[in-house]
Amino acid sequence: MNDLDALRFRDPVRARALADALAHHVRRARRAADRPVAVMHVCGSHEQAIARFGLRATFPEGLEVIMGPGCPVCVTDVPEVDEAVALARQGVRIATYGDMLRVPGTAQSLADARAAGARVDVVYSISQAVELARSLDEELVFFASGFETTAVATAAVVLAGPPANFSILSAHKYIPPVMEIVAEMPGTRIEGFLAAGHAATITGWGVFEPFVARHGVPVVVAGFEPLDVLAGLVRLVELIADGVARVDNAYPRCVDQHGNRAAQAVLWKVFAPIGGRWRGIAHVPNGNLRLLDTYARWDARRRFTIDLAALWDHAPPALVQHCQCGDIMAGIASPHDCTLFGKACTPDAPVGACMVSTEGTCRIWHQYGGQPDLRSIRRGARS
Amino acid sequence: MRDLRFLRPVDERITLKYGAGGRAMRALIEQIFADGLGEVDDGGVGLAAMDDGAVLRIGDRWLVITTDSHVVQPRFFPGGDIGRLAVAGTVNDLAMMGATEPLALTCATIVEEGFAREELERIWASIRQACLEAGTTVVTGDTKVMGRGELDGLVINTTGVAITDRFVRDNGLRPGDRLLVTGTVGDHGLAVMATRNELALEVELASDVAPINGLVRAALAAGGDGIVAMKDPTRGGLASALAEMAGKSRVGLVIDERAVPVKDAVRAAGELLGIDPLLVANEGKAVMGVRAAVADAVLEALRRHPLGRDAALIGVCIDERPGAVVLETGFGRRLLGEAEGELQPRIC
Amino acid sequence: MSVDDGVAIVDFWGVKKVVRLDVVDVPVAPGDYVLNHVGFAIRRIPAEEIGDTLALYDELLRSADGDLLGGDVRGELEGTAAHPPQARPEDLP
Repeated sequence: MNDLDALRFRDPVRARALADALAHHVRRARRAADRPVAVMHVCGSHEQAIARFGLRATFPEGLEVIMGPGCPVCVTDVPEVDEAVALARQGVRIATYGDMLRVPGTAQSLADARAAGARVDVVYSISQAVELARSLDEELVFFASGFETTAVATAAVVLAGPPANFSILSAHKYIPPVMEIVAEMPGTRIEGFLAAGHAATITGWGVFEPFVARHGVPVVVAGFEPLDVLAGLVRLVELIADGVARVDNAYPRCVDQHGNRAAQAVLWKVFAPIGGRWRGIAHVPNGNLRLLDTYARWDARRRFTIDLAALWDHAPPALVQHCQCGDIMAGIASPHDCTLFGKACTPDAPVGACMVSTEGTCRIWHQYGGQPDLRSIRRGARS
Repeated sequence: MRDLRFLRPVDERITLKYGAGGRAMRALIEQIFADGLGEVDDGGVGLAAMDDGAVLRIGDRWLVITTDSHVVQPRFFPGGDIGRLAVAGTVNDLAMMGATEPLALTCATIVEEGFAREELERIWASIRQACLEAGTTVVTGDTKVMGRGELDGLVINTTGVAITDRFVRDNGLRPGDRLLVTGTVGDHGLAVMATRNELALEVELASDVAPINGLVRAALAAGGDGIVAMKDPTRGGLASALAEMAGKSRVGLVIDERAVPVKDAVRAAGELLGIDPLLVANEGKAVMGVRAAVADAVLEALRRHPLGRDAALIGVCIDERPGAVVLETGFGRRLLGEAEGELQPRIC
Repeated sequence: MSVDDGVAIVDFWGVKKVVRLDVVDVPVAPGDYVLNHVGFAIRRIPAEEIGDTLALYDELLRSADGDLLGGDVRGELEGTAAHPPQARPEDLP
C-alpha cells in the first residue's frame, strides 16, 4: 500500500474484511428471508464511490442499498433550469458547474441553449466565475447548484463582495428536510440512512439527532472512499441488527458533533431556507436556500426579469411523462423499472435528471452497470 | 461487422457530443456520413467499419489510408503542440491497421486571418521533427486563409498512406486472448485539461503525443499473426477503445484496473477534476489484443522499446457478456462504460 | 504547502491547486491536510485522525468476529501484503 492509497482509504484487503463483516451483520439483521435489509444513502458521492469501485458486486445478498435524493443536480427542478435557460436566451452570460449543463428544462438544457448561440461558461469553482465577471464589462449570472456544502462556497463569495456585474441564481438545496420526506413516504422499507460526510462536515452529526428521535431509524455519517462507504454500511447494518436507533459517526477524520461553525455562520448569514420543489420528489419544506434580502443586489432573480413564458410554449416532450426519476430517488423504483432506461434515455440524450448528472442513479447504473450482476462472471483478469 | 448496440437518431442540431468519439459520433457517421457509400470490395475495410483507417487491395498487398483533422486548445501544451499531434495522430492510425511504414503524409491547413508567422514556423518545425521520428514526410498539401473570427486560429488536416502485406483490424478478438496497453494512460487528456486556466491547477503533466509506428513494428515483429486487434485510445480514452473492440469482436473483456498503468500525477489530477483517466485521450499509446501464446513475447518487445517501457498486460477476453468491458477494481467489479459526450468536471 | 491571505496552495499528490480558506473553522498551516470542496477548504484534518479512522475500521472488524468468513482475510491483514491479493473466483460471494 503506498501513501496515496493509505491516505485515500483504498486498501483492498481491509475492504474485503469489511465486506465480510457487512455480510455477517446483514445475516443478523435480516428478519425475513424474502425481505432484504434496505438502507438509503443520501449522497451522490456515495453512489459514485459504490459504482466507481464496483462495490455492489461485493455487497452481500439480502442487502439493498438505495440511492436517495442525494444528487443536487438531479433534484434541481425543471423551472429552476428554465430560469437559467431563459436568462441565457435573453442574452445574459451564464457560468455554472459542468454537471448543470445538460440538465433538461422544459424545452432546453443550458447545453442546448449554448448550441443555439447562448453564452454559457463551465467553471470548477464559483471563485472562477467571480474572476470571469471581473474581467468582463457585462452581466454574469452564476447558476448555483449543490447542497449546503457547496452553498457555503457561494455564501463565502457573497460575503467577500463580488463585483457589481455578478449575480447568483440559486438552486441550492438543504439536505436534512428531505430526509424527513423520504422517511415519511408511504410504503417505505428503509431501515437506516447513510448520511453524506461532506454535508455533515459543515452541519455536524448532531443535526441528525432530532430526525433519529422522530423516526426511530439509525443514521450513520460516512465518507467517500471505498473503505469509508463499506465501514459506514457495516456500522449502519450493525445498528439495525441490534435494533439501536442513534446517530453514529463513521467519518471521524472530517465530521464531529457540531460541525464547522464558521461555515455554518457564513451559510446562514447569506441564505435562508425556503420551501421548494425538488425534481421528482415533492415540495420540501425548508429544502431550498434563497439569498437573504441583505444580499438582494447579487440575486439574479431580483436583478433580472426572467421571462419563462417563452419556454412554456413548448409542450413538455411526451417522454418525460414516463420518466421515473422521482420514484427512483425515493427508493421505490429502480432504473430497470423505467421503460426509458438505456433505450430512449441515455447519457448522451437524457430524459430525466438521474441520467444527466454523473451522480445520478440512472447515469451511474448505465455507466458502471450497477444492476447487471457481475458476481457470476467466472474468469478474472489475471487468470 | 456492425456494432449492434442501440444507436439513437442524430439530433436536429449537431452539439459537441457528436465530436467526442463515443456512441453519438458513431451514430452521426453511420446515419449521415457513411450512409449509401456502399462496402469496400476484395476484403478491404471501408468507412462503415469505423476502424482507424481504410484498407484497399493493390494486387496481393494492401494500401492503408487514413485522415484526421486537428484542432486543440491550447495549440501548445506540455509535451507537444498541434503540429506534433497532427503527424502522430495519422501515423498512429496507420500503425493501428498494421501499416507501420508510412509512405507519406499530406497536410492541409486552414489559417485564421492575423495568425502569427512565428507560431506557424514553430508548429511546422514540430511537424518536421515528428515526421523524422516516424520516418515519413509531407508530400503535398493545401492552404486556405479565412477571415478573422471564421475559425479559431488553425485547423490542420493530415492524411497518411502506407502499404502493408498484412493488416490488423480492431475486431479480431476471441475468448482467451490477452489485452496489452503500450504505456501509461490519461496523460494527454489530463495534461491538456490541466492547462485550462479555469481549473486553476498547477501540475507537472505532459502529453504523451508521439508517433508509435516504430513501437508497433517491434510488437508485430515479436507477435506476428498473434496480434489480432489494435486500436489507439485517443478520444474517449482506453474505455472507449476497449468498448469498441469488445463490441466489434463480440467478446467480453475483463480488465484488471490495478494493472492499467496510470501516472500518480495523472491519477491525482483526475481525482480532483472528477475525470477518470481511463476516459481521456492518449496520443502515443496503443491497445493490443494478442493470442495468449504470444502475449509475453509481445510484452517483452514493447518494454524493450523506449516508448513502451510501461507496457502492461491488462486483461483477458471471455466468452461471457459479449460487448461488455468488466473492470475489476480491486474492491469489486463494474462495467467500464465508454465516454459519453463531453467530459465535465463534477461538483463533488 | 503555503498559506497566504485567505488562500492556500495545496498539494494533492503532485497536483498543486489554489484553495480558499474563507470557511475553514480553525487556522490552517503548511503541512496540514484539508478537505476540499469546489475550491474551498471545508475542514482541516489533523494527521493523527487519519490513523484514528483506520483504527475505527479495525474495531468494526472485531465487532463482527463471530463470523468465520472473515478469518482468512484478517490473517492477511496482519501479515504484510506487499502486493494486493489477486482476485480469485472463489472469493466472490
